[in-house]
Amino acid sequence: MKPVVFAAGLLPLGYCIWQVVSLSLGKTHQLGADPGEAIVLFNGEWALRFLLLTLCVTPVRQIFRWPEIARIRRMLGLFCFTYAVLHVCSYIAFLLEFQFSDLFQDVLKRPYITVGFTALMGLIPLAATSNRWMVRRLKQRWRTLHRLIYIILPLVLVHLIWLTRSDYTEAIVYSVVGALLLAYRLRPYLRRSG
Amino acid sequence: MLIKRNTPAIKSSEITDEQLYINRRNLLKTAGTALGAMAVPVLANTPKRKVLRHDETVIGSTPDWMQEKLGRTVPGNFSTDEPVTPFEYITKYNNFYEFGTDKEDPSRNAKDFHTDPWSVEIMGEAEVTGQFTLEDILRPHPLEERIYRLRCVEAWSMVVPWIGFPLADLIKRFKPTSKAKYVRFETLFDPERMPGQRSFFSAIDYPYVEGLRMDEATNELALMVVGLYGQHLPPQNGAPLRLVIPWKYGFKSIKSIVRIEFTSRRPRTTWERSAPNEYGFYANVNPNVDHPRWSQATERRLPGSLFRPQRMETMMFNGYGPQVAHLYSDLNLKRNF
Ligand code: HEM
Repeated sequence: MKPVVFAAGLLPLGYCIWQVVSLSLGKTHQLGADPGEAIVLFNGEWALRFLLLTLCVTPVRQIFRWPEIARIRRMLGLFCFTYAVLHVCSYIAFLLEFQFSDLFQDVLKRPYITVGFTALMGLIPLAATSNRWMVRRLKQRWRTLHRLIYIILPLVLVHLIWLTRSDYTEAIVYSVVGALLLAYRLRPYLRRSG
Repeated sequence: MLIKRNTPAIKSSEITDEQLYINRRNLLKTAGTALGAMAVPVLANTPKRKVLRHDETVIGSTPDWMQEKLGRTVPGNFSTDEPVTPFEYITKYNNFYEFGTDKEDPSRNAKDFHTDPWSVEIMGEAEVTGQFTLEDILRPHPLEERIYRLRCVEAWSMVVPWIGFPLADLIKRFKPTSKAKYVRFETLFDPERMPGQRSFFSAIDYPYVEGLRMDEATNELALMVVGLYGQHLPPQNGAPLRLVIPWKYGFKSIKSIVRIEFTSRRPRTTWERSAPNEYGFYANVNPNVDHPRWSQATERRLPGSLFRPQRMETMMFNGYGPQVAHLYSDLNLKRNF
């Protein structure tokens, strides 16, 4: 299963690279008049999708009694991180044209970027401690650390809601999926108190 | 500094077609930083160039009388000689939320949007009011081509060869009364034909409404537009009749107009209602007043290339200060954004 998921996870990246190559060779491409912006949005959206997929693993494992699926969780999480990094790097490269002072301004002044930045900072320790050696070393603390994801997801959703300008359909669809996945984790607590 | 002011390098008389555009981009590239900051955004004398045309078939159709009228277009004043954005990008990268919110949506969803017959209602504080066919609206006005910069509030920009006539000339015909202090414009409301108007979670109330102060509307730069690149407007660009206000952010340039009203009170515009802290009534291009979510100090000139700088400084009033700055001499532009 792992190689299949790995290959599938690389498809969006492959598509992106293919489009960039077509663009630079002057061939037809799907990036439109503003390719920089298109790439930023594309990678941002895939980062969010992989984040949601990562959070689907546990519910699917428990509901469908399918223990093997847990094996792809780390890979999904790392794809989320990869696309998030590409998202931010393409933002810095293509939209800011490496004016780092503008990046700091943006992070401080623009709330949607502030939360996006915070989310990215949260993803870094998760990606860094995703290897087996770290899992073993951190033991119980690893689980605590990785609960950060329950904060990162709402941050990313707020990022998306705050950057939406007119039509909230997409933001609402992602938020509902995200809310269901978080609610699933809250079940034991809800049951105990209820 | 990576940010360069885009400087017209070639006289407008030399503009002929898109091929030249491409050559010029290369020229600009090799000229590099040698280009100074001597921007001369607007030409004063009557240009000798030809009207720009493109070779692609235009989506949508137009009646014969319009075709004929467009054929008589002459090059007009107030044209910039910056490189013109190719037809393909002007018509495939649009904000026209009535046809969807992605930039490619309008070109896809407006394909079957037919704009003949079309009529426009003139109402409010004017001596002549009523329902007019598009032909009646356009009949007395000769068409001219003006190549304007278009600065979107989203911090990108293009250079577009519009075909139209001064809004001031249109307004004169309806003899607005002394009570007419503002002009209010309305886009077609027809959810059957405009899928974006059916969206359930839209933050926008349709029909789309825009407005201008009377002195803005009668400024020589305010243009009623019916064509683009030598031909009729494609539906995604606001066919069959739209406004173009080059010194204001693009959303002021309302598309597919069906109603023009002269009023004594300032109209509440669509974006103002949707987010008053982000979009003001005036919406003059102003590098010193940021949008709360992004800076307006610079813009990206489209079409973009990934590996060549395309960011340039945004000019006050989009470079049209000489024509319009006097309109706002006693207005605090930070507060009245
Ligand atoms: C420093 C961190 C970040 C910055 C500077 C940043 C910046 C941006 C920008 C500029 C946009 C486009 C806004 C627009 O065009 O209106 C965007 C969109 C988006 N970002 Fe981020 N972002 C950051 C972190 C993240 C992270 C960590 C995620 C997800 C894991 C993410 C997910 C998204 C999504 C889903 C979109 C919307 C894409 C769409 O509309 O299709 N961002 N971000």
